[in-house]
Amino acid sequence: MSLQVAPTGPADQDGVDTAPLALRGLTVAYGAEPVVFSVDMTVAPGAMTAIIGPNGAGKSTLLKASLGIVTPLAGQITYWGDGLARNRNRVAYVPQRASVDWDFPTQVLDVVLMGLYAELGLLRRVRPQHIARAMACLTRVGMQDFADRQIGQLSGGQQQRVFLARALAQHADLFLLDEPFAGVDAATEEAIITVLKSLKDEGKTVVAVHHDLSTVDTYFDNVFLINRRRLGEGPVSEAFTPDALQAAYGGRLSDGLIAAQTG
Amino acid sequence: MLDALTFQLGYNAALVTLGATMLGFAAGAVGAFLYLRKRALVSDAISHATLPGLVLAFIGMVALGGDGRALGGLLLGSAGSALVGLWVTNWLTRTTRLSEDAAIGAVLSVFFGFGIVLLTVVQNMSAGRQAGLEGFLLGSTAGMLRSDAILIAVGSLVVLLATLYMRRPLLITAFDPGYAAVRGINTHRFDMALMVLVLGITVVGLKVVGLILIVAMLIIPPVAARFWSENAVKVVGLSALFGGLSGYIGAAASATAPALPTGPIIVLTSFALFVLSLLLAPGRGLLAMALRHRRLQKQVHIRQGLLALARNQAIYEGFTRRLLRRAGMMQADGVPTLEGRKEASQLLHDEALWQELRRSQTLSELAIRDDGLTRIAEVLTADQIAALDAQLGPKAVS
Repeated sequence: MSLQVAPTGPADQDGVDTAPLALRGLTVAYGAEPVVFSVDMTVAPGAMTAIIGPNGAGKSTLLKASLGIVTPLAGQITYWGDGLARNRNRVAYVPQRASVDWDFPTQVLDVVLMGLYAELGLLRRVRPQHIARAMACLTRVGMQDFADRQIGQLSGGQQQRVFLARALAQHADLFLLDEPFAGVDAATEEAIITVLKSLKDEGKTVVAVHHDLSTVDTYFDNVFLINRRRLGEGPVSEAFTPDALQAAYGGRLSDGLIAAQTG
Repeated sequence: MLDALTFQLGYNAALVTLGATMLGFAAGAVGAFLYLRKRALVSDAISHATLPGLVLAFIGMVALGGDGRALGGLLLGSAGSALVGLWVTNWLTRTTRLSEDAAIGAVLSVFFGFGIVLLTVVQNMSAGRQAGLEGFLLGSTAGMLRSDAILIAVGSLVVLLATLYMRRPLLITAFDPGYAAVRGINTHRFDMALMVLVLGITVVGLKVVGLILIVAMLIIPPVAARFWSENAVKVVGLSALFGGLSGYIGAAASATAPALPTGPIIVLTSFALFVLSLLLAPGRGLLAMALRHRRLQKQVHIRQGLLALARNQAIYEGFTRRLLRRAGMMQADGVPTLEGRKEASQLLHDEALWQELRRSQTLSELAIRDDGLTRIAEVLTADQIAALDAQLGPKAVS
């Protein structure tokens, strides 16, 4: 089924074949109400993009639908011009922390080794080089001393870093993160942003659902504004404007605050 | 009894014991995955749904002029109706607004009730009286054929190998289904596969444990194993070990006293292992938790007592005084010893450093580590402490 709707923005096919992630007309509904409606998005390669918008604007849903965790009603999702199934190992996902059973009997190193699932498959043995790679990823997020801790014994920020390490272990080209900075301490935020920026320097693409408007311009290159519909997309300097924010947040954000955020 | 445990009762009994051990081993392993996926109760629906198929298979085999007691045919029949029960449970959960526990309750009682009605009918048939079908309710190894025991052992082994083959996707799915799906794991298919394995072990175990209690073989071993480890693979291995041990002891006991039903003995054995784990396991066991609590309490009392000493305050709590005296920090008359004085002034210095750390620009986020017991030297390097000391300045010299 395809929905014929008026485009909400420039809905051309430009860049779809090369974009790490491109959405066309993506619509997702929980029950009868669409939470994401006819959204187009073209993620720029080798850059860091923030998905911003008010609570309940469909930011996380957009990400989950892109990854097939929730099934969209309509729309086209491509990774480098192709389906997700053909690019699974190039796409790493860092979910929101809440989605996990914290009392599960699993240690930090085991969680990171899950990132190697595509290589280990069903039967291959975990070899020292796999462990070494997982440990290197833990070191990168500053969690190497916690490898044998049960996952529930860590603080929220430490858990978030472990999930980032799991994504790193996958050696992906595109990293999709759902609110990586939500409820974490300053040290973790620092550690995560350092890693994300180093990923960008390696030519990887980073897309993060983000809620803190005050850090958008220091952390990210591009923004994607959403409030059920696509309300803006582009480099921070062009798309992160008071007008666009007013459109996305409506009365929920005072003009003064917008001015402060965007300077 | 000792003869039974050491396989001295003859070839047949040894084979039966081997079958039960293998069954317990496989049930423990499958059960661990089921428990980690938090769907343990589905096994209850599956096991109760075997009864109608079991009895119908008996009726069918007798009607065709065969021996109604052939284990292979009976198990095939019970697998069939368990599959129907599993499908109905899934269908109810998926297409109606019924939650899974309600669907399980409905399927379990209806299938079991239907099975009991059929069983009553069969027992009024001339061929039915000696059928011994009621042995499938609580399990009985008495009069088990050699071929039955081999069937049970081989069936268990197949289920065990299939479980181990799928261990990685099963564990990732149990831990985080959303992530598993993103990695290309078909979580729905693996959930179904796990259910089929549970069904397999249920059917294979009917003769030994009985359909009412087979669920205990799937649930109790992993719950007991969980007390011992924070590592999923170890929980699975230990659960298999507990299950195997229970099966072994249950079958052996049943071999010495054939009047005893095998199922309940196996369940009681695994329950004993559960109680031992609950009490004695390090880490999560009750005893270890009580000891940890006690140790923490002592630490807090000593710390508070020493700080009071350092500030020349009186200590009124008898427990604190006793602890301080026993640690050699305080004399009987309440005067601190030399060592107590030294320790107390160090703690006071620690407190001052923590206060300073909260004001520090670079270190203040470490203040979350200040739980009243952690020494600052565990959090900071010597250089950082020296820097804080410098900021503390003349105040520190007391």
